[in-house]
Amino acid sequence: MTYLYILLGGLLINNFIFQRFLGICPFLGVSKRVETAAGMSMAVIFVMTMASAVTWFFQHMLLVPFGVEYLQTIVFILVIATLVQFVEMVVLKTSPVLYQALGIYLPLITTNCAVLGVALINVVENYNLIESVVNGFASACGWSLAILLFAGIRERWEITDIPDVLKGFPIAFISTGLMSISFYGFQGLFQSLFK
Amino acid sequence: MNGLIKDFTKGIIAENPVFRIVLGMCPTLATSTAVENGFWMGLAVIFVLTFSNILIAAVRKAVPDKIRIPAYIVIIASFVTIVDLVMHAFVPAMYEILGIFIPLIVVNCIIFARAEAFASKNPILNSALDGIGMGIGFMLSLIVIGFVREVLGTANLAWSGHSLFGKGLGFEPALVMIMPPGAFWTMGILLGLMNLATRKPKKRRARA
Repeated sequence: MTYLYILLGGLLINNFIFQRFLGICPFLGVSKRVETAAGMSMAVIFVMTMASAVTWFFQHMLLVPFGVEYLQTIVFILVIATLVQFVEMVVLKTSPVLYQALGIYLPLITTNCAVLGVALINVVENYNLIESVVNGFASACGWSLAILLFAGIRERWEITDIPDVLKGFPIAFISTGLMSISFYGFQGLFQSLFK
Repeated sequence: MNGLIKDFTKGIIAENPVFRIVLGMCPTLATSTAVENGFWMGLAVIFVLTFSNILIAAVRKAVPDKIRIPAYIVIIASFVTIVDLVMHAFVPAMYEILGIFIPLIVVNCIIFARAEAFASKNPILNSALDGIGMGIGFMLSLIVIGFVREVLGTANLAWSGHSLFGKGLGFEPALVMIMPPGAFWTMGILLGLMNLATRKPKKRRARA
């Protein structure tokens, strides 16, 4: 039940884009087309699930036993940066097309606050290893759901008559706000499910 | 001298990181629920940005190109750790509110962008001024967004627990403005107004 709670919570209630404000830069940057958004989503799901597991080991096997929790930020960001480099090499070797499509955003997963954010949330919420991994996976899926929905909306802008001054970022923020408020609808469902 | 002044002032309006370049959106949206939160977040970012710019400019010739990104990350993370510990000790209430967004300064795109685009190519003094200017630009943006959201969302303004308008401004507060959707709308509408104000009669530069 706890796992279902974390899974649905990460996907719908504490959605990284609509509720927690994590990973907004790539959300705005790579959502121009559904295909690129899907590619980025896969990279983020992979990295965030891995990062949740790896940072858990570093937190509970290294930082806590030696009493150096204040090094958390430095250790986590280095672990994530290494992990991202690894994913980048794998994508470059296996799919140059995808690598080209993601452009500068793949190295920038390092500075994607969603990855470090989920690692820190795991520590704050005091999750065990499996809960951390489930949370990382669910949060990444929530992020992906948001970016895929948004890319779909964004493709429609091409044929829509948007006021000139709102084109680009302003309309992106306003649409995201509307999506965010519609996601509040899930909270009622959630409360009745876990009463 | 002129160059130094320009390095300082460009971050405040002309190249404002939030409204002009649209960087560092996560902390901007998350911590702008009130003017005071924006102020403290801005202060933390000014500190990290200035000192990381100084240190990166100082070591820019010693760091090989290939490992510059990990090196910058370690430098930035060290200053973020300092801010984290200091704020935890001296402003615990604000530390509680800003939560994970203090350690998350380390992945703030603004700081990384300035390190990569400016501090790694310019002398120490210019980089320090660039950091302070950009930081002030970030803080002012947060305060503007926080002002709109706090006034509309609570019908009041508060500073360290004291409300500035007594019982409030006399209208029903729109709670949604201090919730996440309000952040997106405020940001979108402010960006739109900014475009309207700076619109040239000719064709505008296409964005995004």
